[in-house]
Amino acid sequence: MPKLIKNDAVSSDSWQRALPDSDQLAKGHFPTLAQWQAATETLPTVQLQPGDEVVTLVEALDTLELIAVDFPVFTDGRGFSYARELRQRGYRGELRATGEFMPDQVHYLRRCGFDAFQPADASRIEEYLRQLRVFSEHYQASVDEPLPLFRRRDSESQLA
Amino acid sequence: MYIYDQYDQRIVDERVAQFRDQTRRYLAGELSDAEFLPLRLQNGLYVQRLAPMLRIAVPYGLLSSKQVRKLAHITRHYDKGYAHVSTRQNIQLNWPLLEEVPDILAELASVQMHAIQTSGNCIRNTTTDQFAGVAADEREDPRPWCEIIRQWSTLHPEFAFLPRKFKIAVCASEEDRAAIHAHDIGVELLPNAAGELGFKVLVGGGLGRTPVMGSVICEWLEKRHLLTYLESILRVYNQHGRRDNKYKARIKILVKAMGIDAFRDAVEAEWALLKDGPSTLTECEITRAQSFFTSPAYAALDGRSSQEALAARAATDPIFGNWLARNTRAHRVPGYRAVTISLKATGIAPGDVTDRQLELLADLADRYSFGELRTTHQQNMVLADVEEAALYELWQHLQKAGLATANIGYITDLICCPGGDYCSLANAKSIPVAEAIQARFEDLDYLYDLGPVELNISGCMNACGHHHIGHIGILGVDKKGAEFYQVSLGGSQSKDAAIGKILGPSFSQEAVPDVVENLLGTFVSLREGEETFLQTYNRVGIEPFKERVYAKAD
Repeated sequence: MPKLIKNDAVSSDSWQRALPDSDQLAKGHFPTLAQWQAATETLPTVQLQPGDEVVTLVEALDTLELIAVDFPVFTDGRGFSYARELRQRGYRGELRATGEFMPDQVHYLRRCGFDAFQPADASRIEEYLRQLRVFSEHYQASVDEPLPLFRRRDSESQLA
Repeated sequence: MYIYDQYDQRIVDERVAQFRDQTRRYLAGELSDAEFLPLRLQNGLYVQRLAPMLRIAVPYGLLSSKQVRKLAHITRHYDKGYAHVSTRQNIQLNWPLLEEVPDILAELASVQMHAIQTSGNCIRNTTTDQFAGVAADEREDPRPWCEIIRQWSTLHPEFAFLPRKFKIAVCASEEDRAAIHAHDIGVELLPNAAGELGFKVLVGGGLGRTPVMGSVICEWLEKRHLLTYLESILRVYNQHGRRDNKYKARIKILVKAMGIDAFRDAVEAEWALLKDGPSTLTECEITRAQSFFTSPAYAALDGRSSQEALAARAATDPIFGNWLARNTRAHRVPGYRAVTISLKATGIAPGDVTDRQLELLADLADRYSFGELRTTHQQNMVLADVEEAALYELWQHLQKAGLATANIGYITDLICCPGGDYCSLANAKSIPVAEAIQARFEDLDYLYDLGPVELNISGCMNACGHHHIGHIGILGVDKKGAEFYQVSLGGSQSKDAAIGKILGPSFSQEAVPDVVENLLGTFVSLREGEETFLQTYNRVGIEPFKERVYAKAD
């Protein structure tokens, strides 16, 4: 079973990356956006690829339970914005990064709203876990810290 | 200047620890070359022709004397005793060892410096006017806004893997000394009809292979919305910018492909989600940022008497007079001037400065300019707050150290990238070309008679030497393995920003000084009254220059 990090711990489940070339839904694999759209019933999971439009999912954000965002190469950073968009539009379910992202990216991925990480190469899973929190402070607002540093500084100076 | 608090310091310290760990893992084979590449680039580390190159961030060009002394120490201890000022106001080291880079970053962190995002496909160092805070034509000090942008863009989780690099510049004065039209985003502080200052926002400018001037995306933006608006632009770019071809990946290509109106609509749709959210700037934060950029303790001086004394001194010592006229400029406070230190002496790579010179400059900054120095995108340095009465003494110190070349704004004050001598991207060398041109125009009377001419040299299409916006631009090109140089005319980086036109077929390296001399000879024969090179060019067009240069070449 594929290994992943969820709730800051190594675990595993049966989901595998989508098979984009297939018309049919393959058992155990995430549906692609096209497969999800073509399905007759409402599927609770979908996997986005770079180039997919996040707005397609807006109407279904309450019913979706697991959205995977795939990184076919780690240099393609579109998925970071997809995560921010989904969280900003109110998605509360599991948001899982899949594919070729590297350990040194999970810290940013987490701040963008991902809460599960399923790297294609699971042999370094402990390294991914170690990289989750390499910084203890940040300037920007993010999903895990909704106030930017300047607002936290503001309230400190008002308390002082 | 901005002083770190415990949060800023912690972020920079944790960055050093992170990069130390990444370097260790790379050297141990735990990170591949491909994985380490963006990680080291986002810490300013390139692997170049001869050695790695480390680019150190100088946020909006501002340095304290303490930081300059640390830079001197770093160049001596970890490098070959000199540093290079880049066209993004940063400092580059040409010979560090990869294994020692984490130590260099730790040294930098000890004086509130870093190399974060000085390279890679992320938001780079925000640049501004080197005369910020002292220029007479300034509407408001741009530096607090640069600092606000610096903090927002530093380690931004969403924008570390953009399609391509991303550069922001801020201008707050009548004259644009930050080249905002040539940036991915250019921001100008402007009053609206009610007289309230806000931001005009330009997007999609840039040089490189396809030079484009920025388009106006927002005529006027309330100050508190700056970050949410920037974030909206970046989010549209991150999702829709091209990633299939690195030469088409800059935001300018996306803006052109969508059209500015459709691009604006997409940004506005994003902004609807972000506007008035937590990243909206607070009065408290704006005041806090501004509190770091207050005026130093200027003396109340009688400007008139110090100017008379200077004029008398200049009359008896014409060499000083030349320097005074060319390398100093008016200050908003009576009795003070801003001094530009030329790093363009003939025979030295433009923008290079030695460890000893850096230490001297730090001492001079402490003695004469409230302990601060600035770097400029023209690759010089500035002491911004010098009493006029101290200028002669300062000049004597500079002269002894080879730092008093009186050529600011003239043709030998040229902008030049490191080129093929150092850079692995370059098609051609640029430093020897710069040197040959400087040697050709050593006669100061001729140099001053020519008036202001901006000559910019890039060793390749990446245009680090900003050749497109030089009055005269020189671009190194590769022709069947040989180095050639293409010349363009009429570029400009100021408010009337323009991209130069290509003169014609390219030239060999040896021919370049003759070509430049012919161009200037053409100008001298055609100019009317007090016209500058650019004004004459704009009046007569490219043809007369073409005729003369290629007639001679036949």
